[in-house]
Amino acid sequence: MSRPAPRLLSLAAAGGLSGCTGVLAPTGPVGADIATILIDATLIMLAVIVPTLLLAGWTAWRYRASNTRAPYLPYWSYSGRIEAVVWAIPILVIIFLGGVIWIGSYKLDPFRPLDSKTPALEVQAVALDWKWLFIYPQQGVATVNQLVVPAGTPIHFSITSASVFNVFFIPRLGSMIYAMPGMVAQLHLQADHPTELWGVSAQFSGDGFSDMKFNVSSLPRDQFDRWVQQVSGPTLDEAAFKNLRRQSRMGTAAYGSVDPKLFDAIAKQKLGPAPGPELENSGREASAGWSL
Amino acid sequence: MLGKLSWSAIPIHEPIPLITSVVMIVVILGVLGLITFKGWWPYLWREWITSVDHKRIGVMYCLLGIVMLIRGFADAIMMRSHQALAINAAGYLPPEHYNQIFSAHGTIMIFFAAMPLVIGVMNFVTPLQLGVRDVAFPTLNSVSFWLTASGALLVNLSLFIGEFARTGWLPYPPLSEATYSPGVGVDYYLWAVQISGIGTLMTGVNFVTTVLKMRCPGMGYFSMPMFCWTTLAASLLIVAVFPILTATLAMLSLDRFFGWHYFSNDLGGNPMMFWNLIWAWGHPEVYILVLPAFGIFSEIFSTFSGKPLFGYRSMVAATLFICLVSLMVWLHHFFTMGSGPAVNTAFGISTSIIAVGTGVKIFNWIFTMYGGRVRFSVPMLWSLGFIFTFVIGGMTGVLLAVPPADFVLHNSMFLVAHFHNVIVGGVVFALFAGIHYWFPKAFGFRLHEGWGKAAFWCAFIGFWVTFAPLYVLGLEGMTRRLQHVEIEAWRPMLYLSVVGVVILIAGVVCQITQLVVSIVRRDALRDLTGDPWDGRSLEWATPSPAPFFNFATLPDVAGEEAYWGIKLQAIESQQLAPEPRYADIEMPVNSPVGFYTAFFATVVGFSLVWQIWWLAILGLAAAYAGFVVFAWRDIHEVHVPAEEVARVDRARRAAREALLQRLAHQGATP
Ligand code: HEM
Ligand SMILES: [Cu+2]
Repeated sequence: MSRPAPRLLSLAAAGGLSGCTGVLAPTGPVGADIATILIDATLIMLAVIVPTLLLAGWTAWRYRASNTRAPYLPYWSYSGRIEAVVWAIPILVIIFLGGVIWIGSYKLDPFRPLDSKTPALEVQAVALDWKWLFIYPQQGVATVNQLVVPAGTPIHFSITSASVFNVFFIPRLGSMIYAMPGMVAQLHLQADHPTELWGVSAQFSGDGFSDMKFNVSSLPRDQFDRWVQQVSGPTLDEAAFKNLRRQSRMGTAAYGSVDPKLFDAIAKQKLGPAPGPELENSGREASAGWSL
Repeated sequence: MLGKLSWSAIPIHEPIPLITSVVMIVVILGVLGLITFKGWWPYLWREWITSVDHKRIGVMYCLLGIVMLIRGFADAIMMRSHQALAINAAGYLPPEHYNQIFSAHGTIMIFFAAMPLVIGVMNFVTPLQLGVRDVAFPTLNSVSFWLTASGALLVNLSLFIGEFARTGWLPYPPLSEATYSPGVGVDYYLWAVQISGIGTLMTGVNFVTTVLKMRCPGMGYFSMPMFCWTTLAASLLIVAVFPILTATLAMLSLDRFFGWHYFSNDLGGNPMMFWNLIWAWGHPEVYILVLPAFGIFSEIFSTFSGKPLFGYRSMVAATLFICLVSLMVWLHHFFTMGSGPAVNTAFGISTSIIAVGTGVKIFNWIFTMYGGRVRFSVPMLWSLGFIFTFVIGGMTGVLLAVPPADFVLHNSMFLVAHFHNVIVGGVVFALFAGIHYWFPKAFGFRLHEGWGKAAFWCAFIGFWVTFAPLYVLGLEGMTRRLQHVEIEAWRPMLYLSVVGVVILIAGVVCQITQLVVSIVRRDALRDLTGDPWDGRSLEWATPSPAPFFNFATLPDVAGEEAYWGIKLQAIESQQLAPEPRYADIEMPVNSPVGFYTAFFATVVGFSLVWQIWWLAILGLAAAYAGFVVFAWRDIHEVHVPAEEVARVDRARRAAREALLQRLAHQGATP
């Protein structure tokens, strides 16, 4: 019930200059493609917007009331040719962007597997109040608020939620996607190099929302395998899960083994909805676990 | 007996809400005491509270909007300063309080600041510009206003009786379901928005009817001022989408009260449906706000450039185009739910298509200035500031409409920067411009220019210093609604944003100073002509302040710029049109039914929040009884004798005569 921000996270962040934390400093193919789209789309629009703003400034200044040398055209209010241009310019921009939208939406569809020769690592992510559970079905282990992945390997996330809506988001890897109860979203990401990253929930989910952060370690393949070997801890079965899903803020944790049917049971809502706040009260709702 | 209500609802142990409540109560009691002491009640009751005059109602809407704007701004100051103090620290607001503040901020700013201000200006201006004496349903108009005020009251009541929602300005389930939000906060939100939403819907009906049915002789659709077109477009949108909002929130209430399952996790409920429905209302809602803002800018650009609006028909087309397309883009608010590439592409493209209509408008405003005589008065400064700000906001909006880009920017600070960019730069700038522009028509004197310019520069610079850093933060991966953060790299931008807020506070101070200075110097700022800006539409044909019947005889107009035509003719022939034959006028009679209904609506809302069922039923019955009594009333109109009309109008003609003399003396067209 304490709220230690995962230590690694602060360390990773402290060293980061502003440029190195965000979506313009991607470390994977998805993020890189998106950053390119962001920059391209911005440039396409700036090509029109900058001249427009200059034109606006120039017109206002040149035709200021005190400038009697500028011609005064008190009745000039229509010109078919200008009208045509005025409609054509934004339409052209949008046709350009429409192409970017169309191609980008298909290419970067989060459900689409990445092109790679390396087989993908499966990770099942569950949003809980207020932490993230990661199950590694192929390895039979699970972690809380700590995601460890092999660098250079595509990762296939299956994402759901055990309570309210959240959004799974690792800014430097790329796309985010909603974690929703009763549904499983697919997301394909990859970290190109060994590095330390962080992820968050991007959809407000209640009082502990700001603590829904997790560390992401991308390790060389052999180190990843070694890490899997040394994960130890209790078994994550239904009973352990029902305890875990109660509202709390927490640091990292690990489970040495996992009930293989658990994720399916969560996603199909066989375990019922997670409890909300467990404090009795009348008008003013108070949350657990916070003191100033 | 009292449902869930008990003493524990009062925040005795929480200093911030407690102190705020006490201060608010003291201020309110002080104002009420002053009114009582000065004996102003009869005047207020007769001339304002029961008034069905569209101008009075418009002014009251604006007053409500401004008070709520200040309340919402106080929330914003707290959020920005808290977040700057919560970098690897606790800050000063615990999450359950911080979450209420950002929820209240958004709710108040949209429903109780921006909407009342926009509707207030619509009320004040539209009938005058159409050359008529009132809206189609004057008493309904008063009911609309008081219901909006009732909603605002409920939101503010939650500050010290219970709590407000902690679920954001749109209460997304399942978080807003009773399981995850058991307190009364969400219920306060629901009933406040429901009650004011009914008022807004009636406003929509009222203004669609007014614009379609109540134009003065000679005014066809294509000779209406641009602002009237945008009023029509916004009102059509209100009529189209507010029922969706009402139905959606009603379903959420049924879930919460009776454990139904529209949006719950289990038993077939579908929370995603809420997202669809709320944004089917929510996206058009932003255009309900911004279309009238475009209308205001259109009036200002043409007046202060001394030229007709460039490409009038094109502007009308762009307005209706935006109106239609805005109904077809709602999914861009949840591209990241995984709807698949085909759906995302369709909505991404439909969204960016809206930018075409907006782009056309921007160009037309620029060409309106082209070849003009541009006067840089306060309204014009806001308008130029708007062009700059809104174009950038539009650009970031189109970026967010590119689904892959949205995959990393959704719910980030970039998004927060975007919508403030368009709402503040578009809507709020327009409202300040409009208030400065039409103030003389409402009160008979102009606002002080110097303080107005100072306010503009503070707001403009303050806006950019506050929100530009948020764009950077968004690109650095910072998401919205964070009560505390751990990333040191965000510190500089979070601090810079606070500096911007300080500049904005200076702007608010200038704005208030402007009002005070103008009132003190009102004699020097008096508008004797009724046409202080050399206007082009019919509101400037009336004296300032406009008489309650607006026009002694309904104008008979021709051409796109009704009053400009009349004015040119007078200047050319060196005389006013001959004095008309004055006749008696019938004006709608004042009615307390709006105030009465809203009083009981507040009672109903409050008792539903606390589930005091008997009181809710009693309140509903009382409100209904008021409506019945109103429906059976015998006297609908008051009679204004022709002599009174003639007296007012002769004074106006004398002032115009003097103006004409002066213009003739200068020997030029204005
Ligand atoms: C003028 C100074 C203003 C400042 C400094 C300010 C600041 C903020 C902040 C800090 C947030 C919350 C960001 C987060 O979720 O982390 C926010 C949200 C919001 N603001 Fe403002 N705001 C201002 C004015 C306005 C105005 C004039 C409007 C509307 C007319 C407005 C409408 C909203 C809305 C709708 C939200 C979203 C609330 C939510 O998602 O819960 N704001 N603002
Ligand atoms: Cu939208």
